[in-house]
Amino acid sequence: MIRKLMYAAVSATVMFTASAAASDYASDAEIRKYIDTLTELGFPAPEEDQLVHIPPTMEDLETADIHPKLKQTIRRGYDLFTNTQQLRGENVFNNMNCSSCHLGEGRMPFSAPIWPAAVTLPNYRGKNDHVNSLEERIAGCFAYSMNGTPPEYGSDDMLALAAYHQWLASGVEMYPKQGIYGRGFPAPERPEELSYANGAKLYQQECSVCHAEDGSGLRVDDQTVYPALWGDMSNNWGAGMVRVLTAAGFIKNNMPLGQPRSLTDQQAWDIAYYMDNQERPQDPRFTGDVKETAERFDNFHRHSMYGKNSADNGELLGDHENTGGKPFLKPFNVGVPRNFEANPE
Amino acid sequence: MKKTPITLAAIGLAAYASFALSEPEGDPEKGASAAAVCTACHQADGSGRHVEGGESWPRLAGLNAEYIAKQLHDFKKGNRQNASMMPFANMLSDQQIIDVAAYYAQMEPTAGQGGGNASEDMLKRGQQIAERGDWSQYIVSCKSCHGPDNQGAGAVFPGIAGQHAGYIKAQLNAWKEGTRSNDPQNLMGTIAERMSDEDIHAVAVWLANQSPVAE
Repeated sequence: MIRKLMYAAVSATVMFTASAAASDYASDAEIRKYIDTLTELGFPAPEEDQLVHIPPTMEDLETADIHPKLKQTIRRGYDLFTNTQQLRGENVFNNMNCSSCHLGEGRMPFSAPIWPAAVTLPNYRGKNDHVNSLEERIAGCFAYSMNGTPPEYGSDDMLALAAYHQWLASGVEMYPKQGIYGRGFPAPERPEELSYANGAKLYQQECSVCHAEDGSGLRVDDQTVYPALWGDMSNNWGAGMVRVLTAAGFIKNNMPLGQPRSLTDQQAWDIAYYMDNQERPQDPRFTGDVKETAERFDNFHRHSMYGKNSADNGELLGDHENTGGKPFLKPFNVGVPRNFEANPE
Repeated sequence: MKKTPITLAAIGLAAYASFALSEPEGDPEKGASAAAVCTACHQADGSGRHVEGGESWPRLAGLNAEYIAKQLHDFKKGNRQNASMMPFANMLSDQQIIDVAAYYAQMEPTAGQGGGNASEDMLKRGQQIAERGDWSQYIVSCKSCHGPDNQGAGAVFPGIAGQHAGYIKAQLNAWKEGTRSNDPQNLMGTIAERMSDEDIHAVAVWLANQSPVAE
């Protein structure tokens, strides 16, 4: 299942896994082609000893040798992932779908592919300072990126989402020792200076045709075509995307849609910085004081503009009680600790 | 009431005119008479026609008015090139363009043609590209820009569901070959360049079989 192969173009040994959805795994040639396609688009080649995995597609699922009930569950997970708006008003209170940020239905490298979560969790997570399960990780996205509240742990919807994640990881070993190629939204090198004015100009040139001049995106027939980048219908101040480096990594590797790696590092950072200087719903971890909240979660907010003065109008960002379309501040999963030390032997 | 000085009235008119230009209101009734020259190809009901092996004429009925107006302006300015369309676009004034656009936009959309003989496999591939894309080639789905069920998203991204297969195919080929480039930021061009001839055919026939409006 896992094979070593000399990848001539990068003259490095790369660990390959292969799609296990079909009865046989991807061949070396298929993996080489996969990497060639990505490098031709401008993505970096895998580094030495990086894990390269081609997640199976929904087409592969049709022919996969697994129980029909599991297929049904995975299909439900895919459907929730790509049309998360069906949970609007229940678990989702903004215009986001999971696939708004995780492009290619959660399969694309450099677009925070979701399968790594299935093989690296449970693991410690700095954001909430304890060991998180896969369901808990998914719940985090609902609390912050979807400005909502997660489906209950163990519920049908949570099971379906977890199954979709895990199936995409088919064939990958648990807790892989190698680094994972294209994991997360790798940020380009931060330029010395970030320019709000340049970001504003670039945003109107490069982004506004889809995401609108005011960042509100576009909805048609109550469905999201282009997600809101700030404002009430966007992710809240606790979502990973509010870290300027994360947004810069997303933009550099994925935007404009269909044209990855077309913007310079400086342009990607300036646009991200511009976006992060706009308002959005309150961080559900809000203590009632934005400065205090920013300090308490400094390991996160040191990368965002939350609790800092807007480069646009000087106003303190995040200094409000606006929770956007969500009629409450804190979902059930935020601020819940785990402490095994307290458990009896 | 005091008489308004002429200069002020002129400024007022100019302000009104610029407002009118930025918010054009087409008159479908006037558009109907201006559209008399369009019907030979686009038909009296705006349905256009799929012409197998020849130049297909797109359905205009029910398309977004701003989108139609932009295309007509682009034909006039030479930003979009088509030998059949150019002389007709040149005949229309700016006002007639928005009137004609309003006229076609309010028409009942008709069914797409040219997808009837496609094989099941071809349609399946077409559906995949339209609804999910093929990210292994970085071909994003049609609907990610053209909206729910590919029935259009705003003034920039036209409805393509229920458009004639021959027309969709010709346009994708034009983008692929670089002979059409009037899309914003080359958004369509970059995708079309990655599509094989077979994929272009597949997505064209599948889209032609879809409903242009929510049922």
